[in-house]
Amino acid sequence: MYQLLKKIAWTGIQSEPPPVPDQALRVTRQRLDDAILLRFGRALAIRHVDAGSCNGCELEIHATTNPYYNLEGLGIHFVASPRHADLLLVTGPVSRHMEVALRRTYEATPDPKLVVAVGDCGCTGGIFGESYASCGRVANVIPVDVAVPGCPPTPTQIMQGILTAISREAPTSSTMAEVDA
Amino acid sequence: MDFIHLKKQARRLFGPVPAHTLGVNTEQYREFAATVHSEGGRLAALWATDQRRSGGGFLMHAALVDQDGLWCLGLPISAGRPVLPDLSDLFPVASRMQRAVYDLVGLRADGAADERPWLRHDAWAADTYPLRSDFAPQAGPAAEVQAYPFVSVEGEGVHEIPVGPVHAGTIEPGHFRFSVVGERVLRLEERLGYTHKGIEKRFETLSLEEGVRLAGRISGDSTVAYAWAYAMAVESATSTRPSERTHWLRALLLERERLMNHLGDLGALGNDAGLAFGLAQFSRLKEDMARVNHLHLGHRYLMDCIVPGGVVRDLDAEATHAIRGEAKVLSREILVLKNIYDEHAGLQDRFLTTGRVPPDLAARLGVIGLAGRASGQAWDLRAQFPVTPYAQLDVNMSTHRNGDVAARVTLRFEEAMESLRLTVKMLDDMPGGEFRVSLNAAPDAAFGIGWVEGWRGEVLVAVETSKGNRIHRCHAHDPSWQNWPAVEYAAIDNIVPDFPLINKSFNLSYSGHDL
Repeated sequence: MYQLLKKIAWTGIQSEPPPVPDQALRVTRQRLDDAILLRFGRALAIRHVDAGSCNGCELEIHATTNPYYNLEGLGIHFVASPRHADLLLVTGPVSRHMEVALRRTYEATPDPKLVVAVGDCGCTGGIFGESYASCGRVANVIPVDVAVPGCPPTPTQIMQGILTAISREAPTSSTMAEVDA
Repeated sequence: MDFIHLKKQARRLFGPVPAHTLGVNTEQYREFAATVHSEGGRLAALWATDQRRSGGGFLMHAALVDQDGLWCLGLPISAGRPVLPDLSDLFPVASRMQRAVYDLVGLRADGAADERPWLRHDAWAADTYPLRSDFAPQAGPAAEVQAYPFVSVEGEGVHEIPVGPVHAGTIEPGHFRFSVVGERVLRLEERLGYTHKGIEKRFETLSLEEGVRLAGRISGDSTVAYAWAYAMAVESATSTRPSERTHWLRALLLERERLMNHLGDLGALGNDAGLAFGLAQFSRLKEDMARVNHLHLGHRYLMDCIVPGGVVRDLDAEATHAIRGEAKVLSREILVLKNIYDEHAGLQDRFLTTGRVPPDLAARLGVIGLAGRASGQAWDLRAQFPVTPYAQLDVNMSTHRNGDVAARVTLRFEEAMESLRLTVKMLDDMPGGEFRVSLNAAPDAAFGIGWVEGWRGEVLVAVETSKGNRIHRCHAHDPSWQNWPAVEYAAIDNIVPDFPLINKSFNLSYSGHDL
């Protein structure tokens, strides 16, 4: 136990400041009104859905919770069921075999809900494209709010996508302060 | 049949690994496999090619391994009677591969016990086969989900727990069907194929150079292993000899990939057993490596670093310095964390005896790679068929016989330390020279094989060329094919809440398996 505590003390706090939202990542207009966004604040529950990815994006989604990026430190956490989620974080070209599962997961998520598509495949179908086995981009199957390109996108870019999804579309300095509070 | 005589007729493929091709007839196919089996060898991969366009029928490939290397049998199958000899009685692992061959190419294994579809769910019709040259994809949305006949367990108090394809954690999709009494697992049946995205068909539209980008995205956590295996296969088919330095640089990347995955898994395994401290510490070390990769090697997970003919960038003095410094820090940190794990009673209580695959069972199932070595199966290409630079480095293969989660954890610690040793040695001894040569023009219908020991186990890629440096057929085989069946056995008699821990201790690929 002593070794463990010593290691924690020696490691210290490694967290870095989070990125700011980038409205250029939006696919559709913000669907949530200000009252709801204020209520969300940054306390957000995310359900991740791998709809056919190569697992590269999953490595970076995992990395968002490491001590450097510390996504959970912002009050944003991953949940085990879509029924507990505010936001779906979807990776992959949607394989035909995951199409129904993705639709059902979306339907099981209570309104109001947001969808962030992650990675080149999620944004465009990527290198796999559309085929007998692939539906291509996530937006071909469920509505997408924000799409984060990259192969895979970095943890910072993924966090930026998530923060964009819960941001106002044209934030002014006063409204940002409001959300931060 | 004279086995030795038949082996002498085989053609050794160009390239560093001892891979051979051999045309066989139906009897020889069965008997060759039976002889390899009786001598303690194993089945590496099965796949089929449609050759009707060039006047033939189909060609069935079976890649077998014995002490002399890899033997890739080619069995012609007539288009009129698309049936092949069953190997699943010799090698249980053949069962799913044969079911996949039927789903994709339409060759049925004669007399196989299990003829259920494997990779096909509902994306294409039962009487169409995506890897046939005359395949026309169906238009419109996918059909409604078809019921899959799981094996049911009957008896008093038995009930089923279906899990997936969407799992509770941030992992890939697959379905697990547990038959349980109370908390105890009586039976686990896996159903995979959810991430099938037509990779092999996609390969057929690419050139030999373009293919490496797709190969690097078959399983994102093994991008180096796949890219190297693919590059090796293309170099073998085109008789291209990469420079000495290329091999060393590729091995350096491969060991970094192994190390990063082992660090990630060690953290996740601690977390799954209730020690969040482990995840915080190991994920920090993994991130440090990703940042060194990004800064000095071009990509956080080393995607697109390897190409046919070489690597995309050389190692400069600054990179060498950074990797040396990193190795020093990691050696120290990993040892501290290993001591904490070893002495943590709660953690060891969860790890020990959980999810056991005893050595005799592992041998029967043909378990390979990391999970195999934790169950006494001493297979490691880096030690058995070492290519440059492994031949010069004398890799110490770790093995354990307990076959439980604890053994797979200990093995990861040992392999991580060995990778660090190899890394430093490689930096010390790396020869100079070119890091990339141009690829020779590929003859029509040339065949090549790449075979690489990735962090999870051996990755095999077979490439057949067509005119104009195009890919005619590319088959990629993930070690997860061999190891997924072992997870079904590992779960038996454990409690359901231990399954995530057991599954993580194998950490098999879904995408690499489903293609």
